Amino acid sequence: MSAATIDSPGNQKAVAPSANDGGSSRADHIKFLIFALAVLTMPIWLSPIGAAYPDLVQKFAIFGILAIGFNILFGLTGYLSFGHAAFLGVGSYAAVWSFKLLTMNIVPAILFGVLAGGVFALLIGYVSLRRTGIYFSILTLAFAQMSYNLAYSVLTPITNGETGLQLALHDPRILDGPAGAGLPSTNLFGMLTVGYTGFYVCAVMLILAYYLAMRIRRSPFGMALRAIKSNQNRMNYTGFNTRPYTLAAFVISGMYAGLAGSLMAVVDPLAGAERMQWTASGEVVLMTILGGSGTLLGPVLGAGIIKYFENIFSAFNDQVLGRIFDFLPEGLQEAAVVLFSPFVGEGWHLTLGVVFMLIVIFLPGGVMEGVARIKARFDRSRSDTAR
Amino acid sequence: MDAVILQALNGLDKGGAYALIALGLTLIFGTLGVVNFAHGALFMLGAFCAVTMQKLLTLSRQIEDTSVTFFKAYKEVPYLKIWFGDTGLLLIDYSVPLAVLLTIPVMLLIGLIMERGLIQYFYKRSHAEQILVTFGLAIVVQEIIKAVFGANPIPTPAPNVVAGSADIGTWLGLGPTLVYPWWRLIYLAFSAAIIAGVFAFLRFTTFGMVVRAGMQDRETVGLLGIDVQRRFTIVFGLAAVVAGLAGMMYTPILPPDYHMGMEFLVLSFVVVVVGGMGSLEGAVLAGFLLGILQSFASMNEVKSIIPGIDQIIVYLVAVVVLQVRPRGLLGRRGVMEG
Repeated sequence: MSAATIDSPGNQKAVAPSANDGGSSRADHIKFLIFALAVLTMPIWLSPIGAAYPDLVQKFAIFGILAIGFNILFGLTGYLSFGHAAFLGVGSYAAVWSFKLLTMNIVPAILFGVLAGGVFALLIGYVSLRRTGIYFSILTLAFAQMSYNLAYSVLTPITNGETGLQLALHDPRILDGPAGAGLPSTNLFGMLTVGYTGFYVCAVMLILAYYLAMRIRRSPFGMALRAIKSNQNRMNYTGFNTRPYTLAAFVISGMYAGLAGSLMAVVDPLAGAERMQWTASGEVVLMTILGGSGTLLGPVLGAGIIKYFENIFSAFNDQVLGRIFDFLPEGLQEAAVVLFSPFVGEGWHLTLGVVFMLIVIFLPGGVMEGVARIKARFDRSRSDTAR
Repeated sequence: MDAVILQALNGLDKGGAYALIALGLTLIFGTLGVVNFAHGALFMLGAFCAVTMQKLLTLSRQIEDTSVTFFKAYKEVPYLKIWFGDTGLLLIDYSVPLAVLLTIPVMLLIGLIMERGLIQYFYKRSHAEQILVTFGLAIVVQEIIKAVFGANPIPTPAPNVVAGSADIGTWLGLGPTLVYPWWRLIYLAFSAAIIAGVFAFLRFTTFGMVVRAGMQDRETVGLLGIDVQRRFTIVFGLAAVVAGLAGMMYTPILPPDYHMGMEFLVLSFVVVVVGGMGSLEGAVLAGFLLGILQSFASMNEVKSIIPGIDQIIVYLVAVVVLQVRPRGLLGRRGVMEG
């Protein structure tokens, strides 16, 4: 069995509508424009659901990038990596070091983050990709856990261990010259990247990331990756060496994670080892599956949904629930509050677990498959009435 | 010398827990072909069976405290003491071993329900989806336990008789300085017994023979008119019991909290892969091997030579083993490979 093990018939179905080459590149570009517009206007259309504040929309964008990158590996080639958090962490560390040593300008920080993620992915990928299936998953997990454990212990001079890597007043910052009083903020050629400016930096990156993923997917390279997913053995038998392709996908994916990590450092110049823990890798997997692996938009949706619930749902308490169920009669309202309170606030992970299980069981293609199914039903009923 | 023996024992102890979880994982994988990421949660549930037993036995009632004379005072007295006096207290003291009575039926039931209710629908689906759905289940179980028992570790002490340490130095003729906690010795013996029990069960009973045959070639066994599926479901229940017992007995060593399962799960998966997927002997061997390596790596002498080795040894071994022996140490040909 090969990487194809990890791929599922269910997924294939989900991928088919958007991944087939029937769609024209013009349709893709229109979708891209809509996507870009939607991302840039997030602060406006998200305000009715209480998500339009910089911290949260930044997270949407950053985790969106991470999930898009993960999807280039998992969605296209079928290799399930359980170690993506390592690249995220490395990107963060690289960016913070760039802030400490060179300049508070974010451009070098992002470049270093991407580069670090890519190099690290090259090293890990070279070894891990010699195996497929669950062996590959365990190898990536092992590497990520090693990085995490080392960042906590021996590498403390580089990572500052448990405290996390932070800016300090006496940092050299060679390019910036002597600092004034107080810690400087991150900036883009003098424009401070805090609040919504920070968000727009992340948003532009997300749009670029999406565009690149779209191009990769439509390219011959992307085609080869999808062929690897559907049957790697057959690819090998036809004399096609798959290793460079999977490695390239792995490195690109690692660079996306490095980018996401450096953006985390841009909006908050701090890097901690917990970003590399395997639960963080698990979260990316959840996002991608939830949204729909193999699709372009799905991972971004999944990231948004999970981050939204993490921030909004976890803030719910009994009073808020009471207000939501205000429309119910007295007794029912209390019953509803009692019924739902284990699922919100502290317990939002329970909701996440349940929703996730339901998705994997009934909708293996994620939210995107759900949308496609609804659309198909709608189309059918419309053609029925036309007839 | 003392330190080496102590670390070897520590390693065997930890290895015992890894081996028990890995054994269950391998049984499930070998029979049903399912990668069960919720196995750590089963380990954790076993630990909380011990907690529940302790809570049940110490159910208390307030009665008037007669030793306080100048105002009316109340104290909590367990029912067991009220009913049985000192015998009751003794029962409370033995709550962890007594939890066996609770753990075995509960875990068997949980295992059977889990297999019939969820796992059976995932035989035909990809390993990635099996991992994901059981991972989701593990989160759910974990959160339920957190909601019921709270997020803090719950101390569950071993019985008083074995609370202290054993003079293993004197036994071995190495002097009285070498002591080792009794309970850890018991855990070691216990895990060895369970492992032996599972192997004996598979080797010497008809049921075990059918299961082994089914692992080799399920279709042929089915063609012989044997209901393989039912037996495999029972094997899943057994694996749950083994994981549960491992967790239950571990509680005096590590006070259980809701996420202990995940920590053990990650390591156990590494153990399974190092041992070779589908190989029971491999799982046991790799469990003890990695446990011992981990203990020795955390010795100061070793750490001073290679700093940080204690943090990464298990994963490092996994990487090296998978590069040198792609199927793990004792992996069979044709199981989960490309």
